[in-house]
Amino acid sequence: MTAVRCVDLCKTYRQGDQDIKALDHVSVEIEQGGFVCLSAPSGGGKTTLLNAIGGLDIPDSGEVWIGEQRIDQMSKGELADLRLSSIGFVFQAYNLIPVLTAQENVEFVMQVQGIVATVRREKSLAILQEVGLQGLENRRPAEMSGGQQQRVAVARAIVSRPALVLADEPTANLDSKTSDELMELFTELNEHHNTTFVIATHDQRVMGYAKRVIRMLDGRIVEDIRQHAA
Amino acid sequence: MRMLPVLSRLAWRYLWRNHRRTIIMLSAIVIGVWAMIFMTALTRGMVDQMIKDGISVMPGHVQVHNPRFLDDPSVTNRIAIGDEQLARKFDPAGFRAWASRVKVPAVITSERESRGVTLLGIDPAAEREFSFVSYDEVEGRFLEGVDDNGIVIGRKLAGTLDTEVGKRVVLMSQDPDNEIADRGFRVVGLFKANMPAFEEAYVFIGKKAAQKMLRIGDTTTEIVFLGDDYRNVEPTYETVSAVVDSTLEVRRWHEVDTYLGTMMKVMDGFVLIWVVVIFLALSFGLVNTLVMAVFERVREIGLMLALGMKPASILGQIIIESMMLLAVGLAIGDLLAWATIQPLQDGIDISVVAEGMEMMGASSVLYPKLYWNDMLLANVVVLILGFLASLSPAWRASRYEPVEAIAKVG
Repeated sequence: MTAVRCVDLCKTYRQGDQDIKALDHVSVEIEQGGFVCLSAPSGGGKTTLLNAIGGLDIPDSGEVWIGEQRIDQMSKGELADLRLSSIGFVFQAYNLIPVLTAQENVEFVMQVQGIVATVRREKSLAILQEVGLQGLENRRPAEMSGGQQQRVAVARAIVSRPALVLADEPTANLDSKTSDELMELFTELNEHHNTTFVIATHDQRVMGYAKRVIRMLDGRIVEDIRQHAA
Repeated sequence: MRMLPVLSRLAWRYLWRNHRRTIIMLSAIVIGVWAMIFMTALTRGMVDQMIKDGISVMPGHVQVHNPRFLDDPSVTNRIAIGDEQLARKFDPAGFRAWASRVKVPAVITSERESRGVTLLGIDPAAEREFSFVSYDEVEGRFLEGVDDNGIVIGRKLAGTLDTEVGKRVVLMSQDPDNEIADRGFRVVGLFKANMPAFEEAYVFIGKKAAQKMLRIGDTTTEIVFLGDDYRNVEPTYETVSAVVDSTLEVRRWHEVDTYLGTMMKVMDGFVLIWVVVIFLALSFGLVNTLVMAVFERVREIGLMLALGMKPASILGQIIIESMMLLAVGLAIGDLLAWATIQPLQDGIDISVVAEGMEMMGASSVLYPKLYWNDMLLANVVVLILGFLASLSPAWRASRYEPVEAIAKVG
């Protein structure tokens, strides 16, 4: 079953007098339960593709499908609903809402979804334990290390068990040990919950965990490698 | 509505994220609200006192006259009903107080000076409720009955006439045939009034002495009635109108003294204008605070949008933040205003500037009046205008594109 399908995506940015082709006729299909790394040098188009898949950025042309839904023609409200119900996001940095505690950050998405408080509390405590943050529930982001913050962000992204998790350079600010722990967590979620992961990265270690690595250059897919995960 | 708890929590936390800025803005709101309410209470107190003083001297709450009396206030235009008949009409009606009086222009002369005054021939017992004179504070004594042959004048007039208690003065007016009616009276008392002008304008003699001097039998020129509240005189007006016949004219106090009536209406408008003007000054600070609060968390707004929060919720969050700031400011401002007005309930002595205030008909003691309606008006205006002022920054925040907002460098 296809989780993500992009058909002939194009996206051009204007930078000064120059037009930059961030996506140049990109087509890709990612199956449900996939663990895919988008790899490209800086400016290669991986984040733009990730944003297009997440409905955060609208392509100039082409189609984006999440499951059976075409999302590139959706309204802002419909996209917000889709992100809320079906997609978990992990960004490179500044992932958390600084005025909320770790547990409140994890509960945030569920609260917006309208899940009752007792269920929210139960799920958030369980997921924080799962990502190894038991005892840090009441800390605010400023009181946690970068790795701990990223774990909270991951917990928030997966707590509602979305079908798709999009991560943009999730290990960029982490040391190698924390990066490995995070990737092992992703792998476990992928294997046990059949969650589809699409990770934009240029970290070779991260790519080592992926079942599939899509290499991009100048907005185009130049290589699509299927591999056995580490 | 299900978003309200999360939006409220976020708004409250963000409000105190930069607590220094919030406290500064809060202080401005508190001072503004305090100024709105305190100044309104002072002005209300002044106008109230002017109206009450005016009512106590002139009209009561409702007056009855011969229809021609207001144009020509002489005994020719008196009420042609005797005292006993009036008592039979009005005593059973159950007014808080009523009195009939002889009120005509007159000239008072001492052995040194003459002055034009308003002569009031009164029943001191019936007039006690209406009078601006405190009987107990009269130097000498006040009138003791309707047939008292003494005269009570103001202290200031006594100074002008260079007379004193025990000396004689002559009152002169006109009788119904337009002949001179005059009589000598011994000064038995000097009254003190809150408004010094009253001390020069009015003299009191017994009603029967006045009727005899003016040769008008047992008739009078004015009947006054007191209800429970000068702001709502309709019940009294309707009762009086039902009792008197159509040959007499019944008027509410604000129809008799249009200046005071207009003053009361103008005051309501003034309160609203004052509150709005203060808020406009505050609104610049409020909008600036909100714009800064939005600007410093563009990335977080982008994050919330990316996570699936709808633009309307971002809009709501900023507006709730603004409303919380205003609500806290209003609560403290209201409390502060109440706490500063309460100790001043016994009056503020403004005798230093009383001569100037007198020109406006105000007394030398100012009693601040805190009306809940005024406080409510200030609160409602601040909240409504605050809501409108916060719409622009809130709208801007809700229009961010998540990708661009997240990419903002802080």
